[in-house]
Amino acid sequence: MFPAILGRKIGMTQVFDAKGKRTSVTLVEAGPCVVLQVKKADGADGYDALQLGFDDRKPHRSTKPEIGHARQASTGPKYFVREVRLAGPAEHEIGATIGVDAFAEGEVKWVDVVGTSKGKGFQGGMKRYGFGGQPASHGVERKHRSPGSINGHATDLGGGRIKKGKRMAGRTGGKRSTIRCQELVAVDAEHNLLLIRGGIPGPKGGYVMVRKALTKE
Amino acid sequence: MRNPLFDVVQQKHQRAEELHFDIGDTVVITLRIVEGNKERLQDFEGTVISRKGGGLDEMFTVRRLIGDQGVERIFPIHSPKIVAIKTKRSGKVRRCKLYYLRDRVGKARKLRERRISAEARRAAAEMRSAKSRAVAAANDASAAAKQEMATTP
Repeated sequence: MFPAILGRKIGMTQVFDAKGKRTSVTLVEAGPCVVLQVKKADGADGYDALQLGFDDRKPHRSTKPEIGHARQASTGPKYFVREVRLAGPAEHEIGATIGVDAFAEGEVKWVDVVGTSKGKGFQGGMKRYGFGGQPASHGVERKHRSPGSINGHATDLGGGRIKKGKRMAGRTGGKRSTIRCQELVAVDAEHNLLLIRGGIPGPKGGYVMVRKALTKE
Repeated sequence: MRNPLFDVVQQKHQRAEELHFDIGDTVVITLRIVEGNKERLQDFEGTVISRKGGGLDEMFTVRRLIGDQGVERIFPIHSPKIVAIKTKRSGKVRRCKLYYLRDRVGKARKLRERRISAEARRAAAEMRSAKSRAVAAANDASAAAKQEMATTP
């Protein structure tokens, strides 16, 4: 079984099982992906991996290196290219196609989804890190959403400066985000469709990588 | 525009036969209730006061009085638990959300009846299904046209 595939988030809806139980699902249009490169542990790369490409990109919008790289797999350039590490030597050749049948129903029950979260712009500590803010009353003025103390002043115990990595306001979202162990509800091989329970990172139309869950069988 | 892949999922999960009822209708909903490994049918009767959402996510709200207490239940249209819906009476209404009924007390709760003959009802149902068929056909046609455009260079 090949453990991963690239795709695009379509959106959310809900499905029913025979008992009438409702499940929220995210639709992911996944594959077909092309193997653009095979990396080998005993080769120049020193590790086993497959490089996958998804979604054709017009040649005139691509760079020559991209076109040349894709030509080695006898295909065109792709919008979304990602590498998947493998535990052993790859079973796939360069130029091979990987579809959702890799997730054939029943074989994979849980998946991890890797995507880019929605960008939120510059946000304060409350939204960005879930800080509690300050009280609404009891003498608090104009500082209800402030992060509070960021350090004490200089003593023998240290302090006197702000520690590196102190969580503060800043650019939020728009970063790589992984959601683990989501239930794979259904696979539609005919339409290259995966139904994944619950939400996944990113906007509709965003690219995602779906892989067999690393930590749950 | 809605991604056509939603239709793929909907076709697989939607109910086989469309439910026909209007806002303001007094309906009897037959529900399949599973208790342990026993199954029985239960009716819920009330007035449809809202219908919202689209596709598989469409829901409707039914309001009734139990004792003196208003009770509302919200159902997914496509839920397999709904076995059947029967319209007992049609109300004369001028809007699509009847939330104002919540504030009414006593006689004012009642909706005036919209009397339609069985024949007219059938005609309306037919028109509705013809319309949905036409919409489906138009969707298919546009999808086919798009396909053609994509395949012919």
